[in-house]
Amino acid sequence: MPMKIEGGPFKARVEEALHNDFMRGAVRRAQDGLRGRKLAATNEDRDFEDWEAWRQAGEAVRRHTIENLDYYLEQLSENVEARGGHVFFAATAEEATAYIRQVVKAKDAKRIIKSKSMVTEEISLNAALEADGCEVVETDLGEYILQLDDHEPPSHLVAPAVHKNQAQIRELYAKKIGYTATEKPEEITAHTRKVLRETFLHADIGITGCNFAVAETGTVTLLTNEGNADLATSLPKTQISVMGMERLVPTWEDLDILVSLLSRSAVGQRLATYVTALTPGREEGSVDGPEDFHLVIVDAGRSKALGTEFQDVLHCIRCGACINVCPVYRHIGGHAYGSIYQGPIGAVLSPILGDSDAFKTLPFASSLCGACTEACPVGIPLHEQLVAHRRAIVEDHGEAPWFEKLAMRGFGAAAAKPERFARAGGTVRLAKPLARAWTAEREFPAPARTTFRKWFEERKGAGR
Amino acid sequence: MKVSLFITCLCDVIYPDVGKDVVEVLERLGCEVDFPAGQTCCGQPAYNSGYRREAVKAAKPMIEAFADSDYVVAPSGSCAAVIHEYEKWFPGEPVWQAKARQLAAKTYEFTQFLVDVLKVTDIGARYKARAAYHTSCHMTRLLGVKEAPLKLLEHVEGLELVPISNAYDCCGFGGTFAVKMAAISTAMADEKISHVEAAKADVLIGSDGGCLMHLKGRIDRLGQPVEVKHIAQVLNGR
Ligand code: SF4
Repeated sequence: MPMKIEGGPFKARVEEALHNDFMRGAVRRAQDGLRGRKLAATNEDRDFEDWEAWRQAGEAVRRHTIENLDYYLEQLSENVEARGGHVFFAATAEEATAYIRQVVKAKDAKRIIKSKSMVTEEISLNAALEADGCEVVETDLGEYILQLDDHEPPSHLVAPAVHKNQAQIRELYAKKIGYTATEKPEEITAHTRKVLRETFLHADIGITGCNFAVAETGTVTLLTNEGNADLATSLPKTQISVMGMERLVPTWEDLDILVSLLSRSAVGQRLATYVTALTPGREEGSVDGPEDFHLVIVDAGRSKALGTEFQDVLHCIRCGACINVCPVYRHIGGHAYGSIYQGPIGAVLSPILGDSDAFKTLPFASSLCGACTEACPVGIPLHEQLVAHRRAIVEDHGEAPWFEKLAMRGFGAAAAKPERFARAGGTVRLAKPLARAWTAEREFPAPARTTFRKWFEERKGAGR
Repeated sequence: MKVSLFITCLCDVIYPDVGKDVVEVLERLGCEVDFPAGQTCCGQPAYNSGYRREAVKAAKPMIEAFADSDYVVAPSGSCAAVIHEYEKWFPGEPVWQAKARQLAAKTYEFTQFLVDVLKVTDIGARYKARAAYHTSCHMTRLLGVKEAPLKLLEHVEGLELVPISNAYDCCGFGGTFAVKMAAISTAMADEKISHVEAAKADVLIGSDGGCLMHLKGRIDRLGQPVEVKHIAQVLNGR
């Protein structure tokens, strides 16, 4: 179960997270910053007047692509191969890592540099390569920090080390790489840059993810703010890009729409600092770029969503906007979800991609406030998807506590018969068996002496 | 104008006084209020917990109870929003879908009805307090009613409305979420309450009994001096 991160059951993780004031403070500040910047870049950006129109265009592109996924995947792979690249379709995480390990072995490669990629996280690629004796270095600053911290899992889709502060990072650097300067971000970044530059120069293979592949030309595009993807793809002779099977767009025009939405939604930028587009086949006279290019297209459970009520989830462009507005994430942070995909999208995606029982609790970890749905740049109705999961868990798999089932059955029977419902005192009284958890932390109001229903019947226009 | 009241289970059993205020305000504005006895619960607690079959059992009598009404008004943005979602609860049942659509078209949350249908914003209410307003998620995001309660409160004599930080964040109620995920729910309430406190409001006003019961429950447990009121109670202040 590569997606699952170590640790106890959900409730225990939540307890732990809620007591971690430090982490909660860090997450709160990061969330406020990210969502504020996003709002500024969408609602208040003059160049981008009609956010809703862009959003609808984005949703339309995603819907069209996913509805015709077979066609575009074929077009993409034909174009990559026509230019001399290799394409491998991996049905499972194991198939994907096996293929990559074999490429690495064939090149007799020992040093590998990576740019940030959630799908390689999902298939546990680093661990597989390290088991083969390779040195794997993450080049995204956040990922690098986590890697130094004994491979701590990411706590946010876009900002993986969001739960850490500068002092913690300084301490980590001092312990692991003999860092002696201050905790100032500029100094930490400068030091990281120095370390990574050396690594870039000596790497045998560069591994990247893929933000969007463009089917019409067979191009992989990467968005970064640190330029690390450019270095990871221009210096090593061999490049491997790993993409989730849904991460593609038909044309460059479509790419334009989605890059605009992604940059703004993720960090409130009008455009990511570096947008790298890689089409295999080194041109005559070119001094850099890989000679050998591999595109690994990973299914790993995605196709299970096709043709089901969960298909829309494949529209996701991994911007993290839903996480940045989620009030539950705000209080428990990313690690409590127990999955490398956190927040609302994690709660919807994890039970589809991973069959861990632990993920079945996640769809219930939402107040269904709809902030995620409102934030999603490609219009995924996330809160409805959460309810759809709940229904599947309760009705198709029968996995609900017996007392809840009993209460709900009672509710259904009473609600269908108005007289019976009125006599039972409505949902409030029927819900009594569920109310113990309420009173642990909150007062429960005493029901009024007479119901409204009764008052209204007896009133006959005579006032109260 | 004839108005049918959908009182909601919470208001019926726990907060009947809110219902009385709703009736009085509507009558004062010239409405003739009736209460179709066949109404039960909108079905939301079951639906959102994954029990779609049970939820549909509640939705059918609701649809029938209001079949002859001209307007349906509820003192809860969340329950009104659910009625607007009913159509989706009947996939492959066009007859029920059509009935659900009809009900949705005439169903309003209380403040939405006052502002959008009756076209009043000043109803001559008086209520002396420094107040914060809690926006309920389903009312603002699903029903799309953001301005109506604020417009009404602006015209209440003696009421000073103060803004609170992160006003559109969820208070943590979320129906059964408040019970199933009690610890997270409470943490969310605490943050909301801290914003209300920081604004030095002495009353917290809202348009949804669920959120208010949760927030008041927590405020009382914490021993905070903030009062909690449904907007109908404020609008009926004279
Ligand atoms: S679900 Fe929507 S908001 Fe969340 S990460 Fe995916 S695209 Fe972004």
